[in-house]
Parts: sequence; structure tokens; C-alpha cells
Amino acid sequence: MNEPIRLRSVEFRREREAAWRALETIVDQVEKQGLRTLSAEQMTSLPMLYRTALSSLSVARAISLDRNVVEYLESLCARAWSAVYGGKTRLRDALSAFFTHVLPQTVRAHRWHVLLSALFLAVGTVAGLLIVLGDSDRFYSFVDAAYAGGRGPSASTESLRGVLYDDGESAADRLGAFASFLFTHNARIGILAFGLGFLAGIPVFFLLLMNGLLLGAFAALYHQRGLSFEFWGWVLPHGVTELLAVVLCGAGGLALGQALLFPGRHTRLGNLARRGREAAVIVMGAVVMLFFAGLIEGVFRQTVQHDGARYLMALATALLWAAYFGRVGRARR
Amino acid sequence: MSEEKRLRVVETPEGVPLRFTLARGADRAAAFLIDMLAIIGSTIVLGLLTIWAIGNPADGFFLAFFLLVSFLLQVFYFPIFELRWRGQTPGKRAIGLRVVDAQGGPLTAQAIFARNLTRIAEIQLPMQVLLSPETMFPESPKWAGLLAGVWLFVLLCLPLFNRERLRAGDLVGGTRVVVAPKAVLLEDLGQLRRGGARYEFTMEQLQHYGSFELQVLEDLLRREHELDDDAFETVCDKIKTRIGWPKERWRTEPRVFLHDFYKAQRARLEHDLLFGRRIADKQDARQRRAAAGRPPR
Repeated sequence: MNEPIRLRSVEFRREREAAWRALETIVDQVEKQGLRTLSAEQMTSLPMLYRTALSSLSVARAISLDRNVVEYLESLCARAWSAVYGGKTRLRDALSAFFTHVLPQTVRAHRWHVLLSALFLAVGTVAGLLIVLGDSDRFYSFVDAAYAGGRGPSASTESLRGVLYDDGESAADRLGAFASFLFTHNARIGILAFGLGFLAGIPVFFLLLMNGLLLGAFAALYHQRGLSFEFWGWVLPHGVTELLAVVLCGAGGLALGQALLFPGRHTRLGNLARRGREAAVIVMGAVVMLFFAGLIEGVFRQTVQHDGARYLMALATALLWAAYFGRVGRARR
Repeated sequence: MSEEKRLRVVETPEGVPLRFTLARGADRAAAFLIDMLAIIGSTIVLGLLTIWAIGNPADGFFLAFFLLVSFLLQVFYFPIFELRWRGQTPGKRAIGLRVVDAQGGPLTAQAIFARNLTRIAEIQLPMQVLLSPETMFPESPKWAGLLAGVWLFVLLCLPLFNRERLRAGDLVGGTRVVVAPKAVLLEDLGQLRRGGARYEFTMEQLQHYGSFELQVLEDLLRREHELDDDAFETVCDKIKTRIGWPKERWRTEPRVFLHDFYKAQRARLEHDLLFGRRIADKQDARQRRAAAGRPPR
């Protein structure tokens, strides 16, 4: 008994091939020239054609044994999927969304991480302060001698004071470079804190503690010479922003570590991916903050010598960041 | 890893599973190298421009500008390209790779930033530790910098310790780097020739093969122009022997015979598929024949 050869899959392909080709043309254009070069008509037809191709793929997998058709459809669907879901193409939209709500909301959602991170920094600072106050030779346990550059227990009070009030003449034209250097250096440290959070978060504690110890050691050194007020006036204008950024980076690292250690109801890797994205938001924000901190440190601190003005600046930045992270991006009631 | 093992299924929001091939480690390294060369190249050009613009490299403003721009280049080169080119950078495009969301959702800006921020901690910082350890932590004692350096190298070596060659950034961002798919739609071999089939097959003759053999035959027919007649003759004889082609009609035109057999076999197997019988290969076909007791008439 011979039955006539009727291939459903051939008819299936004949009916739909035009739509596949149309989608292929659009996807080609998107891949080569970008989504924005599509005409309005193409733009509206893209998602429809994409879904048509997806359903064709499902059908083809079920009924067709033509491997080329199935492979072609898989590839076409995958490319169209990238075109449809491949992320925001408008950088401007992504940026404005980031600053108006994504960043402050994410930071608020991680307030406990931020607090813990700040606590570690504070513990480090107080420990550094107390240890160096108790025994000033310990200063060099926390601060590398080369970095301290003469600032140490053996330095004269006058020279220590001199560091706080740079006369500015020699440095005036290099301020920009100095600010840039500070920013790039600090931003690297911040990103490092994030990177270190990967796996267990323990190095983050360490990094925060080290930063705190360093700060505490210097604070103790100046305190012993009766220069405490002047010292904090020197640190805080940029320090408020910079330390907050460091704390945020630490919080991001802690969130990562937590995701790995305590995955909760999710799988460990799934959780890491979920929390990792949020942590990345925080660290990106911190990098921007460090940019401002670098500017303040490099320009403002070197040009403004008055203690009152310095404290005012510190207060202003503190209020600014409190308002930004506290209020911006909250849902209106 | 073989092609098979690198297949990963990603489910689209519409609920259709798509299969992707994970990129090879070497391909990713090549793409990364191209991107790094682009970054280093533009930094050098920028540096030369800076020197040309000021004549005196010590001038603060241009130096600041240079430092800042080269840093921004390092940090934002990857994320901005991946944002704008939907998961590709110039290097990835040249090699034919693409970043996709591991869960099949849209590739978000957050995911892109997460995977690329980690890249800095993974690759650029270890490089710095390697080249000039003292600039890493100028304010801390040596041992602290060393410790961080060791940790970073562990991070750097992570791709060597997992099967999918994921780097830390892929884990943190929840992304995968896959081969950008490219397949062309070829002519349908199932289309009927004008004048119909010259050779016809009985049901018994069509129950010896499964879809695996069918697709091998498909590949063969698609390479028809590269192969000589002898190859077709051999395949033809094998098939005829197995399906019990009558001896009195043994002499056939090999190419026409194979095309007709392909169509008939595909029609038969697709017909079975509609009834929920997916016959994988010839062993499967044999078992089914045995299970049926004797061949249906």
C-alpha cells in the first residue's frame, strides 16, 4: 500500500516563510545599525514577528524533522530575542532612572548592610585611635611609612600643622591632577571592596577595618598634638562623601557575601546573581560619589584654609547625602 | 568541551526554551584581548594628544583630564558598549559572541554593570598588583596589599574551576556569554519535484530508520554538490540492503533515489510524530518493530 507523500512540514514552512524572512531582515538591521534606525512600521512589527517565529519554532520542534528549519528558527528566535530583550538602548534613560530612583531605593533597601559596614569602619577608627593613643609607636603598624611621608610620631607639631594648611602656591596648578588621581585611586579601592565581597564577604570586613585603623591612627597622632579640631576640619569636607562611599562599597560587598553564605529560599548562584545586580548599583553610585569626593579633596581642601568654612562644607555634604538617600525616589503619597 | 556539552537552555519570557551554545574560553579571551587593545590604544592616542595639546606634561589641567578620561575608559568601555549593542562589545562582535541573561529575561543595565564592575576587580586590579604592587595600597602595610593580591588571583582563576568557564562577573551579574547564533534558511528538501516521485516505498520499507538517520541523510543531500557519485552509490546500497529493496529493481539513479527516499522517510516519521511516536534512530525503530510483534501490514 503506497500512500502519497504529503509533508505537513513543507506546507507549514511555505505558509510562514515570508514572516520569518521579514523578521530576519529587521533583526539584521538591528544588529548592524541599532534599534533606532528601524521605521515605525518595522518597530511595531518586530515583537509580533518575534512571537510568530517563537510559535513557529515550537510547532517545528513538534512536527518537523527538517533539521535545517529547526536550526534556522532557533537561531532566528535567539537573535530576535536579543533584539527585543537585549537591554535598554538609550543610555540617557538608563542614567536618569539610575539617579532618580534606582540608586537611592537600592541603598535604602540595604540599610542594614550600610549600617553594618559603617559599624566596621567605626570600630576600626576607634580601635586605631585608642591603640595609637596608648602607644604611639603602633602608628606604623597601620600606616605604611612611605605613605605617611614624614607624618608620624617623630614629626614636629609644626610640620604636622603644615600638612593641614597647604600654602597652595606650589600646588595650585596641579590641583586638578591631584583631584583626578584621588578619584581614580579611591574608585579602585571602592570597586575592590565590591570585588572582594565575592565569595564570603570576609575581605570586606578586613578592608573596612584597615581603612578605619588608618583614619584612627592619624586622628590619634593629631590629637596628641592638640590639633584634633584642625585635623577633622581637614578630613571631613571630602571625608563625609568619601567615607560614605567606602561604606556603600563595603555594603555592596557584604550583600554579595550574604547572598553566597545565606541563600535563603533561592539557589546560591541564583541568589548571587540577584543580589549582585543590586550591589553593583550601590557600587556604581559610590564611584560617582568618590568622584565628587576627589574634587572636594583636590580642589576645595587645598584652596580653602579656614576651619569654619571647612566644617560648613562637611555639614553641607552630610545633609545633601542624607537628603538624597533618605528622600529621593520615594513613592509619592 | 564538545558542542553538545556547551548547549544551555534559556527560557524566554514567552515560555519557549531557546538553546544557546556557551562561548569557549579561548574565544572569550580573544574577544577580551581585542577590547583591551582598543582601550590601551585609545589611552595611548589620548596621552599623545594630551602631550601635544600642552607641550608640557606637567601642566595640571591636561594631566587631570588625561587621568580622568583614561579611568573612565577603563571602567565604562565595556558596560557602555554592552548597553548600546545589546550585549556586545567590539571584541565580542568580531569573534561572534554575545552576553545574555541566564534566566532568559531582558539584559538589564544592572546586570551589565555588575558583570563589568567585577571585571575590574578580577582583571585590572590583579594586573596592577602584578605590575606595581606598591601603588595598590600605598597607605597600608605591605602584607595587607599582598593578601588582597592573593585574593584577587583566586578570583582571576575562578573560570578554571567551573565547568561553564564562568568568571566571577557572570555569576554576580547572572549572565552568560554565548555564541551569537547564525544559521541560514536553506531550500526545503521535502518539496516535491515536478512530476512526482520516481521511486515509491512501502510502509515496511520505511520503518527501519529514525530521525537521526534522516538528518544524516539531510546533511548528505545538502552537500550534494561536493560529493561524487560513488559516495551516493554506497549510501544507496546500504539503505537498499537494510530496507529490503527488491533485487529486480536494484539498479537506480542514486541521487534521485536518495531524494525520494528522504521525502518518503520524512513523511513517514513526521506522520508518526503527529501520533506521539518520536523514533529516535534505527535501534529505536528496531525495538518498536519487535514490540509490535510483527511488522504491520
